[in-house]
Parts: sequence; structure tokens; C-alpha cells
Amino acid sequence: MLLIECPYCGVRPELEFVYGGQAHVARPHDPAACSDEQWAEFLYWRENAKGVHAERWRHTHGCGRFFNALRDTTRDQFLATYRVGERPPAASSREREPQP
Amino acid sequence: MVDLSSARQQQVLAPTPLLKQLPPAARLVLRGRSQVLAAAADALGLPRSETPCRAVRSDVRAALWLGPDERLLLGSADAAAEMHGLLQRALAGMAHSLVDIGHGQVGFEVSGARAALALNTGCPLDLDPASFPPDMCTRTVFAKAQILLWRTGATTFRLETARSFAPYVTQILALAGRES
Repeated sequence: MLLIECPYCGVRPELEFVYGGQAHVARPHDPAACSDEQWAEFLYWRENAKGVHAERWRHTHGCGRFFNALRDTTRDQFLATYRVGERPPAASSREREPQP
Repeated sequence: MVDLSSARQQQVLAPTPLLKQLPPAARLVLRGRSQVLAAAADALGLPRSETPCRAVRSDVRAALWLGPDERLLLGSADAAAEMHGLLQRALAGMAHSLVDIGHGQVGFEVSGARAALALNTGCPLDLDPASFPPDMCTRTVFAKAQILLWRTGATTFRLETARSFAPYVTQILALAGRES
């Protein structure tokens, strides 16, 4: 079973978590001033990364908190997890696991 | 004609040394910032604690860490109104949420040398005392149900689940107890 490290509770089984979409998608401060294209980009357009992807997860069956994670989508491997409001760990630490 | 389904059900639901339903209890979920949680602990005579996934208790009450801003406060069933009053006085003027879930959940005691083994039939957590020591508590899953698991002793767990999930959880646990 895939193990995910919750920034609050520690390493827990994947069953306790739900995926929450791409992380760091900032809502425009003044939606009324956005063009349709800008608003559509905020609402619908997401990265489809092959490789490291920053995404939100929620420890639903645990502390219930949202947090962010860096996951390698090609290997389904979690490289880092961090709390909401924190900056993603530096790129140098993203490849701490050796390639298989 | 013999109704085999009910006969089998009774056999499954028969009390086992492994599983015991606990009497009704007062259960309050408190959410708020750390000063709210500290004031509540003081009001209830419990030690202040911010340690994740740990429970603190006195003789009659307990506070279980559910999240960084969330605690489950347990007491005896007849003390619910008293706890509610103490907290409302202590937390007056502070932003918080206090919800009585006393009737929504039921508690069970799972005990014995094989308690952890039986729980692991549905719960994927590592229940070795080294990684799940006494006083550790957490929400987690048991098969398809969400439970709250609290290790109250070396071989004793308190399990809380929604009342509607209780038959599901207890029947799986009773089966696991017979097999393990």
C-alpha cells in the first residue's frame, strides 16, 4: 500500500487520504476585472505534468487537514509533503530518491 | 423452515471476550485556536497538550487530539451538561465551535492479546506498541467505515464509530476475533 506522510500525523496508509487537485492555483483578487480567458484559465486549465507535480491532498480519515505534496506522476512517488501556506521544498530536494 | 440467516447473525453478534460495548458517554467536539484549546483543557481539569495523535486524561475526562485545531472531549454520560457549561463559561468571547456528538457515536473496548491482530483485519495502521503506543489516538479507517482508535492500554483499545456503522464494524471484528 502506498504510504503518504501527513505533515501533522506522520506516515499513514493511502486509504486515509483523498486527492484535492493541483496546488497553488491562486484565485484572482478581482474576478470582475478578469477577461473570460483569464477566468477560464483559473477555473479549468490545469497542468498535466509528466514528472514532479504540486498537488493538494486531504487527510480525510485522519486529522481532516488539507496539505500540499510534490508527487512524481510517472512513478506515483511522493517526494515531499508540506503544510498549506508553506513554500514547496527546493528543487534540489525533489530528486532525493534514486531513479529506479 | 429454519431461518439460517438469523441464526448465523446471532452467532456473529454473540459477545466475545475481545469486544465489549461501552456505556453511553458525553462526547463534545471542540474546534478553535491553541488558546481556545488551552482554556478548555484548564476548565476541564485536563493537562494542556498540543502533541499530535495523543490523548490526555484525568480520572473522569479525556481530551483526544483529532487535528491541530480539533479535540474530542470525553466524559461520563451524566456529565455532558456540566462539561458544556464549564466550556461555555471558559470560552465566552473566544471564537470556537463546540458540538455535542454524544448520541452520534458509540464506543467499544477491544481488548486482549489479539486485539491488535483483530483490528488489523480492517485497519491498515501499524499497531505495534513502538509505532502506536498507549495513549495514541487517531481517526482512521476500519474496512469501509471511519473509526476513532485510541490505545488505552498495552492490549486495550477504545474504538468509536458512527452509530449507524456500529453493526458493520462489530460484526467484522467479531468474525476476526474468532479467526485470529
